[in-house]
Amino acid sequence: MHHMNMTHFFILEITVLFIAISALILYPAAMYYSNKKHRAWKKGRYFIFAIGVIIAASALTGPLARLSHTDFTVHMFLHLLLGMLGPLLILHGKPMTLIIRTLKVSQARKLSTFLNMKYVKFISNPIVASILNIGGLFLIYKTGLFELMHTSVLLFALIHLHVFLAGYLFTMSIIYIDIVTHRYSFLYRAAVLIAALGFHKILSKLIYASPPAGIPRQDGERGAMLMYYGGDIVDLALIILLCLEWYKRAERSRVQTVKLS
Amino acid sequence: MGRENIWSGILFGIGLMALVDEIIFHQLLQWHHFYDRATTFIGILSDGLLNAFALFALVIGLFMFADLQRKRAVYKLKWAGGIFTGLGGFQLFDGIINHKLLQIHQVRYDVNLLPYDLAWNISGAVLLITGIVLLLRSKHKKAGH
Repeated sequence: MHHMNMTHFFILEITVLFIAISALILYPAAMYYSNKKHRAWKKGRYFIFAIGVIIAASALTGPLARLSHTDFTVHMFLHLLLGMLGPLLILHGKPMTLIIRTLKVSQARKLSTFLNMKYVKFISNPIVASILNIGGLFLIYKTGLFELMHTSVLLFALIHLHVFLAGYLFTMSIIYIDIVTHRYSFLYRAAVLIAALGFHKILSKLIYASPPAGIPRQDGERGAMLMYYGGDIVDLALIILLCLEWYKRAERSRVQTVKLS
Repeated sequence: MGRENIWSGILFGIGLMALVDEIIFHQLLQWHHFYDRATTFIGILSDGLLNAFALFALVIGLFMFADLQRKRAVYKLKWAGGIFTGLGGFQLFDGIINHKLLQIHQVRYDVNLLPYDLAWNISGAVLLITGIVLLLRSKHKKAGH
């Protein structure tokens, strides 16, 4: 693999650390302020949020992140953390709900105007979010992008920002934990989740068959299998959460029907 | 109610057989290969989507069963019939479409395949027929009430 300018990479690490630490400080600050006018915010949410932030940040900083430039299996492991597990945990901290209840009414209104914009509605459609997420991965591993990103720290940073944001957007569009502005049916989300999971598996087999240039065959195969089975674990969690939502709603709609009749 | 029992069983059965396939044939025996370098793109595509669906089916099948339990509407014969239908259906589909038509991977490598293929598909057919028989019997029983 190509060598990266390590001074530039150090700047990226500092930036990521700064963002992560800011998030870890701002969250409890928002809890403190919003608790003055609202019901107490569950502390457990901060715990899960913090683990998510630390997991996502560890994919880009520290010894493992440095090792990932030369070890494809480590790279894949960190991508699972950055693009799948990190977003899932952060989402469970309900950051958007917390922001809305911390902001003043006028500011909260501005935010909700933003969330209701056509563009936001478009990208949070499960299909679009899946294409941004899984399609982005196809671009990274099936074009020359993977090799290229290890020569430029800026490109590396942009691609990893995309992996995290697209992973978060995807998780948010399938699992309704935080604020949801545009709801889609259970069946639609289930079908999109299955397709996205399917294409994640397909991509890992294609990587197994021919890893990006410069990666030794064994390392490529190990990384691809980690992508396949590691993806299964996080996706199983997504499936269970989605089905749990169906299960809760089934009871609620029955109770409502009984009340009506 | 009856149809929910059947579908819960079928979905769970599909997911269960996919899990058995993964754990026993891929991981423990290592007869199946993750990717055998002869697989076509369409094979990889179908296998990926099918396995993703099976994982979902396993989970939603169980949640549907929990929902039936909760409203005390479990009909065991229909549920069991559904499970066998799902188990056999997946096994046959895997054996005929995936292994033979799409050639994703074989049951085993470096052996005479015929007995393995026969055992695979006959056991699938037996499971499927058991499922259908159970479902038919559950219908008769209901009519007899």
